Amino acid sequence: MNSFTFTQATAVADAVQANAAHDDAAYIGGGTNLIDLMKENVARPTHLIGLKKLGLDAIENLPDGGLRLGALATNADTAWHPEVEKRYPLLNQAILAGASPQLRNMATDGGNLMQRTRCYYFYDLATPCNKREPGSGCSAIGGYNRVCGILGTSDQCIATHPSDMCVALAALDTTVRVSGPNGERTIKFEDFHRLPGDQPERDNTLEPGELITGLDLPAKGFEKNFSYLKLRDRTSYAFALVSVAAALELDGDTIKDARLALGGVAHKPWRDKEAEAMLVGQPATADTFRRVAAKVLAPAKGYGANTFKIELAKRAIVRALKQATEMNQLVDTDAFQNSNP
Amino acid sequence: MSHVTQAPLGRPPVALAPTQTVRLNINGQAHTLQIAPWTTLLDALREYLDLTGTKKGCDHGQCGACTVLVDGKRINSCLSLAVMHEDSHIQTIEGLGTEDKLSPLQQAFIDHDAFQCGYCTPGQICSAQGLLNEGKAKTEAQVRELMSGNVCRCGAYSNILSAVMEVLNNEGLLIEDNAWSAGAANQDMPPVEPPKK
Repeated sequence: MNSFTFTQATAVADAVQANAAHDDAAYIGGGTNLIDLMKENVARPTHLIGLKKLGLDAIENLPDGGLRLGALATNADTAWHPEVEKRYPLLNQAILAGASPQLRNMATDGGNLMQRTRCYYFYDLATPCNKREPGSGCSAIGGYNRVCGILGTSDQCIATHPSDMCVALAALDTTVRVSGPNGERTIKFEDFHRLPGDQPERDNTLEPGELITGLDLPAKGFEKNFSYLKLRDRTSYAFALVSVAAALELDGDTIKDARLALGGVAHKPWRDKEAEAMLVGQPATADTFRRVAAKVLAPAKGYGANTFKIELAKRAIVRALKQATEMNQLVDTDAFQNSNP
Repeated sequence: MSHVTQAPLGRPPVALAPTQTVRLNINGQAHTLQIAPWTTLLDALREYLDLTGTKKGCDHGQCGACTVLVDGKRINSCLSLAVMHEDSHIQTIEGLGTEDKLSPLQQAFIDHDAFQCGYCTPGQICSAQGLLNEGKAKTEAQVRELMSGNVCRCGAYSNILSAVMEVLNNEGLLIEDNAWSAGAANQDMPPVEPPKK
């Protein structure tokens, strides 16, 4: 780890100001990813601004029927919050599918959005990586890329965003609230993370110094028909090879509204709104789901060691939508699946 | 194409940031330390306070050996800075029981032979204490899932599970159709008689 100074901020404005006052400052919430990156010398901030005393850890109902997650609420407190368990069980399941209990007790909701890829080469200072060192090259293309992306990749970067929580937040149409040197603004979740393009060093659309203060969930939580299906090399404490957040609103057997987001396949939680539209008005059957899965994966590109993800993602979409329809756990991937009423 | 992975030679040395005062409450006792801000909570415990019960395994939050309780919640002390824990109540394995009166989990780990080398054990016990405090695990599958942040290289998992299940059972925390009978995790294994002294 490099040498740095640390201050604890007690108000958002102070935190933003402290950030502006230092070169290479970084905000620190739970620190579960940042401290690891600092130990690996991938991140080298010269000043850390602690956020735990900002008073942004509340989870509160919004007047429009939605729910606001404070940016400093921990992943564990969020997953087990009664309103989340009852109204947003998809989010509860996605959070519990990620990391370990210890990490979920530390990691914050804002920090979950800010975590960086777990592409092996991003962590390995001995190899080129355009995300870590722009212009140095991508070692994953032509290298060992089992964990890398198949959708929205570029010839400079095929890294994936590693979050489970964000896949559910994307499916639920969450709004990200941020504060920065130029005041406050909101960002639609689908616009928060970005594709690598020719700037893979940029994970998201935050401006320099901006800080996430909260996440607003809309009233609609799809609590009746949902599934978070996570496929990985072991059934606990591993990143997703492919994950699917599926949420349906059904009228009998007919789909009235649908959300579908994929994790483990792209530089951001992957949504295809045309594919979602294909579900609406259709019967909730395997035939419908297979057509939609083929549409979502039509633009997919494999890079060798990760080409299996294309077929895996198609089947995962069909299975997640089936689970959401029947509210049955078809595969034993989660000890807490169906623990909600 | 050449690739630079190290700071270029000739870069001027950077002065280390000054140490700072950190007040920590550990196992009910207040401590004041003068440490560098990059000192992890784990290193503060082991290197500055001689509380070496908490172990350093991977130092990257992957093995759980460094698990301690902060305000009753289990965390990986290797991925947290000591300066982030002023005003928190930190509990380590040294604070869970005494030599004369072990905590129920400590006693259960002995009764179930839930370790071999013992290196992961303080983290396993602190993690299991966190699991008890959370009150979410009510079935064997859920205990397995909620203990997955603790790795045991000796592979004592089935006995660790037995120990945790027994304490949950004794505290009435399991759902009824999962009521636990000692040894159920090892149905394939014959019971082992303890050696007679």
